[in-house]
Amino acid sequence: MADDVLFEFLHMEMVSHIYKDQASRGEMEKDRATCVSTLEGMGFRVGQGLIERFTKDSPSFKDDLDVMKFICKDFWINVFRKQIDNLRTNHQGTYVLQDNKFALLTQFSNGKQYLEEAPKYLAYSCGLVRGALSNLGMDCVVTAEVSLMPSCKFQVVIQKI
Amino acid sequence: MAVCIAVIAKENYPLYIRSVPIQNELKFHYTVHTSLDVVEEKISAVGKAMADQRELYLGLLYPTEDYKVYGYVTNSKVKFVIVVDSSNTSLRDNEIRSMFRKLHNSFTDVMCNPFYNPGDTIQSKAFDSMVTAMMVQAS
Repeated sequence: MADDVLFEFLHMEMVSHIYKDQASRGEMEKDRATCVSTLEGMGFRVGQGLIERFTKDSPSFKDDLDVMKFICKDFWINVFRKQIDNLRTNHQGTYVLQDNKFALLTQFSNGKQYLEEAPKYLAYSCGLVRGALSNLGMDCVVTAEVSLMPSCKFQVVIQKI
Repeated sequence: MAVCIAVIAKENYPLYIRSVPIQNELKFHYTVHTSLDVVEEKISAVGKAMADQRELYLGLLYPTEDYKVYGYVTNSKVKFVIVVDSSNTSLRDNEIRSMFRKLHNSFTDVMCNPFYNPGDTIQSKAFDSMVTAMMVQAS
């Protein structure tokens, strides 16, 4: 069934569209950051809506770790059709989610080629996680890093007021 | 049939309030506001009890002489409050639960609407008509 790739294609086009807009407007460095923020903002709003739908029937979460496990399992399966492979935490508000075969990066390469372009394609997913967590009541900062495609790590740092 | 239905955001301000006898609207606003305290208490109480299944439906929050107030909280900490007439004793728990279920479904649809910004008051006509169907017919 072709359903799975529909989102991947849409996502690729989204990223290239946003960067094309910026290139046509001319200014370089300042706008690169806005592209990433735009993508992240999109992911944020989508994450909020998705969480509302996914948690409609499930019981309340006991604590932050419970929420992160939900994100790693149910949420990731619904969005990327697989679970997070590894969740690590320092029990003080920082979580690292490792996905060894991230769905949006599998088409790039199997090693280090195109490594510099990878962050653009992770911005939307970072926003997705941030939106999901913010709607569940956890304000956080989500960053992603790639060292070897297609595996990537999302780092979630919960902001405690 | 409800007399007043309210949707309250996680920061405890109302996203949507509708009541049927429009003259006494302020009284219902006040009732919903005071019921928020009970909701908070129930949410924190369940946390301490460490039950393995925490339900979203909170049940009867408190009865007054004229009204009974029911509560429901979603996983995103949005609260739904339904006020029903005490004289309407035929309303069973299951019916209240199904009303909350419908509210939750419609609210999820509102959230997924790209024209809706989370945190704004709910302007959706679909949500309005669903709520009207659940309220007592204006006499």
